[in-house]
Amino acid sequence: MTREEQIAEALVELADTLVVDYDVVDFMHALVNRSTELLGGDAAGLILSDKRGQLQVMAASTHEVELLELFEVNNDAGPCLQCLRTGRPVMDIDAGPEVSESGTVAAQGGVEHGRDRLGEWPRFTAKRRAAGYRAVYALPLRLREEVIGALNLFSTSAIPLSERDLRLAQALADVATIGLLQERAIRERQVLAEQLQRALNTRIVIEQAKGVLAERTGLGMDQAFAAMRSYARSNHHRLTEVAERVIDNTLPVGELVH
Amino acid sequence: MSPSQRVLDVVESLLESDGFPVPPSVRLCEAVTAALPVTGVALSLMVPTGSAGLVAATDDRARAIEELQFSLGVGPSLVASRSGRPVLEPDLARLTSARWPGFLPAVLDRGVRAVFAFPLQVGAIRVGVLDLYRDSPGDLPDEALADALDFADVATMLLLDLQGQNPDDPQLPDRLEAAVHRPEVHQATGMVMVQAQVGLQEAFLLLRARAYADNRSVLDVAIDVVGRRLRLDGEP
Repeated sequence: MTREEQIAEALVELADTLVVDYDVVDFMHALVNRSTELLGGDAAGLILSDKRGQLQVMAASTHEVELLELFEVNNDAGPCLQCLRTGRPVMDIDAGPEVSESGTVAAQGGVEHGRDRLGEWPRFTAKRRAAGYRAVYALPLRLREEVIGALNLFSTSAIPLSERDLRLAQALADVATIGLLQERAIRERQVLAEQLQRALNTRIVIEQAKGVLAERTGLGMDQAFAAMRSYARSNHHRLTEVAERVIDNTLPVGELVH
Repeated sequence: MSPSQRVLDVVESLLESDGFPVPPSVRLCEAVTAALPVTGVALSLMVPTGSAGLVAATDDRARAIEELQFSLGVGPSLVASRSGRPVLEPDLARLTSARWPGFLPAVLDRGVRAVFAFPLQVGAIRVGVLDLYRDSPGDLPDEALADALDFADVATMLLLDLQGQNPDDPQLPDRLEAAVHRPEVHQATGMVMVQAQVGLQEAFLLLRARAYADNRSVLDVAIDVVGRRLRLDGEP
């Protein structure tokens, strides 16, 4: 199979998992495996940041990669972590025996050393060498300003990725980002539906409470509402809670209406 | 937003049946299963004290799952009922086992992969829950979710009817609209609760019973109550 055919096949597979019976776990594994294949790497992994900013190792094509990624997460240091923080591609590659080049990857594929380099991570580098990997590339999963994770490519050879391959790697990372954000959007839609229904029902509770209070005090509906709202505000209670207590008669009318 | 034709057709068929040999609660569950992408439906009554009872279910598996929740005291239906919001779980296999201990493994064992629980309520009147089950994971598409919410309203009215013993009430479509969408109905409910010195649910039933007896819409009666032209204090 030519490289073009390989790429096409990979994209078709990834697109399929996005549309037909979408399953985010399948998608992540497909992404990791295809990345390895296409980029001549030996392994790949995916680290994601959940909504609260906690990092999770979501997929890894080998056990060693999983351990390396976990090591990074647990020690808060490594190329993948730096990628996540900066939103830029990062590499850590053996330039010779006992020497490594590491830092943010510049547009031309070279390594940028400079102000935004957060420093090397010797313990990680030692571990990845021990595992037989001579190079790591971390590509950011980002959409506009949000960086939600990193796609990490591990290679047993120290040949740097060509510019073309870097672009392809980033394209795969971009596909991953879209797929994952779709998953979040679906999840958020559910939460939204649930909350919307609760809000609609809460409005009814408030109307019922207005009726109860109006009958007990002789006030009009608007005045009854104003009394509840004013009480809620001064006492730092939620309006819904006040309404519920009016209905079950656990809030003395005298406290609401003076 | 008015109910879809799918929902209206179901309501129509419920009104046409005379309750024999299949009670309307069962017919509703069966109709929901047919109309929505789900494999089983159950309808349960829940009273504020916490106890609950199954009213109808489409199959033994749905029945068993409902009863399991009641006996364990955990599960999506209970959360839905207590919190007043639907609980939509499109992929049960992905939940951690700490969620709903005892219930989750048992339900997965029975081949259920998704559950959508809808509280049956009118404001602070909590009547029960309508549970939709599916043997494959996946969420409810928007249209199906909208229909499910309307079916939940129908189920609410049905359960209130069963308790108020108004089985032949032809006003169901009206009440579907009026009960949910007009503030006067809810305000009147609150007022009648105080006037008749009864619970909120009973107050609602009194309102509807008066509408039925006078052959008027619930909304019209409610407007009179709110306008203080009519008192429903339970006296004949």
